[in-house]
Amino acid sequence: NLAAAGPEKFTLEYIQKQVEEYEIGKRHLANMMGEDSENFTQEDIDLFDFIYLFFLLKQICFYFQHPDEIFPKQRAVQWGADGRPFHFLFYTGKQSYYSLMHDLYGKILKIEKHQDRLRAKGLFSQDAQLISLGPSRWLTKEELELLLVETISTHDYDRFIKLMERMLAMPYSSTEEEFVQRYRRQLEAQSMKQMMPPLEKDENGVAFSTAEGRRKTSDSSVILRDCGSGHITINGQDYLQYFPVLQDREQLMFPLQFMGVLGRFNLECTVSGGGRSSQAGALRLAISRALLSFLSEGDGEAMRQAGLLTPDPRVRERKKPGQEGARRKFTWKKR
Amino acid sequence: SQNRVKLFPLAHVDTTHFYVQVMLHKCNLMILTCISFQACHSEKHLGQYYTLPSAHIRTLFPSGLPWRYQQQVKTFNEACIMVRQPSLEVISYLKKTDYSKPALRYLFYGQKGTGKTISLCHTVHFCYTQGWLVLHIPDAHQWVKNCKELLPSSYNASRFDQPLQATTWLRNFRLTNERFLSKIKTKHRYMWTKREFTEEGSLLGELVDQGISRVKSSSDVVGAVMKELRLQSGQPGSDFRLAVAVDGVNGLWGRSTIKKEDKSVDPEELTLIYNLRKLMRNDWTGGAIIATLSQTGSLYTPKSAYLPQELLGERGFDSMDPFIPVSVPNYSEKEFESCYLYYMDRHWLQHPQSRTEEGKKELVFLSNRNPSMLDRICGFL
Repeated sequence: NLAAAGPEKFTLEYIQKQVEEYEIGKRHLANMMGEDSENFTQEDIDLFDFIYLFFLLKQICFYFQHPDEIFPKQRAVQWGADGRPFHFLFYTGKQSYYSLMHDLYGKILKIEKHQDRLRAKGLFSQDAQLISLGPSRWLTKEELELLLVETISTHDYDRFIKLMERMLAMPYSSTEEEFVQRYRRQLEAQSMKQMMPPLEKDENGVAFSTAEGRRKTSDSSVILRDCGSGHITINGQDYLQYFPVLQDREQLMFPLQFMGVLGRFNLECTVSGGGRSSQAGALRLAISRALLSFLSEGDGEAMRQAGLLTPDPRVRERKKPGQEGARRKFTWKKR
Repeated sequence: SQNRVKLFPLAHVDTTHFYVQVMLHKCNLMILTCISFQACHSEKHLGQYYTLPSAHIRTLFPSGLPWRYQQQVKTFNEACIMVRQPSLEVISYLKKTDYSKPALRYLFYGQKGTGKTISLCHTVHFCYTQGWLVLHIPDAHQWVKNCKELLPSSYNASRFDQPLQATTWLRNFRLTNERFLSKIKTKHRYMWTKREFTEEGSLLGELVDQGISRVKSSSDVVGAVMKELRLQSGQPGSDFRLAVAVDGVNGLWGRSTIKKEDKSVDPEELTLIYNLRKLMRNDWTGGAIIATLSQTGSLYTPKSAYLPQELLGERGFDSMDPFIPVSVPNYSEKEFESCYLYYMDRHWLQHPQSRTEEGKKELVFLSNRNPSMLDRICGFL
């Protein structure tokens, strides 16, 4: 009975051999390109195209990266020649996780000791020096698993987070900031304000703004000019010829009619990709975005609430094997 | 409420042709001037509607008006056409031409749905009221596609006849030009079969009847009629002017979808098309040729083509050259206003939003002031 083997285990010698080959290949490439073979880094290699590499090295290598990035991290053998494990927590089964928890608890005890010392000196204050972490989040369970190179259960992960939170809640925890930052990831600061396209003026003094929009697979870009005639061009063609269907023209009309500025602006649009409905939707989003710069805050808020500024996230769902479509199953036959 | 003031006809003028009906609208705008006598049309009537008398509609346009417009006529119980710049231009040229010179060719062209056929009908109606003989081909594309019967021509073995289309056209021609049929006499002798022939000097009416009764030779009769009229108009003896009006003239020089034994037939091999092409040449005097281009009915032309060069092709353009192109654009602001007020007046726009200013702006946006698009949108409001 052949039990299913786990992910392929590569021996240490194999990986070392790969590393040597990588180094040699890197030197060859550097020599061929006439670059400095000593200081040839991965970034220089990334500049070359796959096909280029194929012709140069006369063999198929899909990616020319350091083996550490290709082969998943594996645990080296955990016990010595005599059979004794190296780590003291080996027999728990999840040695990295329990050692981490152990370290964490050790840090907590250290902080409490520090607090006691300060209390003894009389310098203790309750609301001092909590860690400032900035816009960041805890490591996800998957990321923690990658770091520890072993699987954890959700229960374990929750306990880890709870312990971290407990440590952070204690005063004087900023001493362990560096330790905590290792287990946090930075987030980009998300502003609540909407991105408004800037209002520019062209040669004739006419104010205009440009915006882009996307829907399904269509991309569109719109230049909104404050001319005073309701003239609209799409890809150089009249919009009546481009969208013979009333529904698409209604989509174009929606933002302008909502704001009551129907005859005021000139639209110069370009759109590509997708079908007729998705092109109309992309244009509608682009028009609403471009309109933001001409309107007041309150109007912009009204547009956002009307749903004109939300990009539609729906894309085509993938067809699954064993089914006829994304959701439709094959006809069920009783026999 | 509107005040409908009907002025009674002036005593010394023929009542069937000359009555003026003036309608004053709510806002005291004289937007509808229903003038039946077209010679009165001038620049200051631009944008206003005029009514075609129903008797004229029955005789002149048994099948010449666009389908949607016919429905509208039936609904409103009257046929109103807007006076627009292109048709007014052609009418003014027609008033001023010297008819001893070869016939001038006028061509209406424009985007889809801008009103080319209606302009043609307007001009044709003008010619009719002036007492001209009208040779109106409602749609030249009908002759190059969907032919149910195709016979080899009796006159020329290489050509093909289309008896059904020819008989329909002859019937319409007889209906339109009733009064000329008993006045014009043929100048040639025509032999249809071994025993049937038409003598020289017989009436045009007999020729036409011959074509309608003998279906097999109807296409040749059509050719004969065209030849006769072409030769006779402009002669010192004749007292009529000939107006040739063709809708979709680009079909004459395009391709056809008629197949004879799995081989596609060239339009040149069709008798009707061949004779019509001869008529379109400007080697005759005493009349005018008015034509429209049409992409909607044409075969194997791209949808975006609307210019004469694109739709006529090389051969067509060379044959039609020189001609006077008249562009038919979308409604101007004033014309749009007029059309909107007309629909309001007829209570065609029922939706409460359509009566507001906002609604009007929406209509402008959605139809881009295209006449047919506006008509379609207003249809369900």
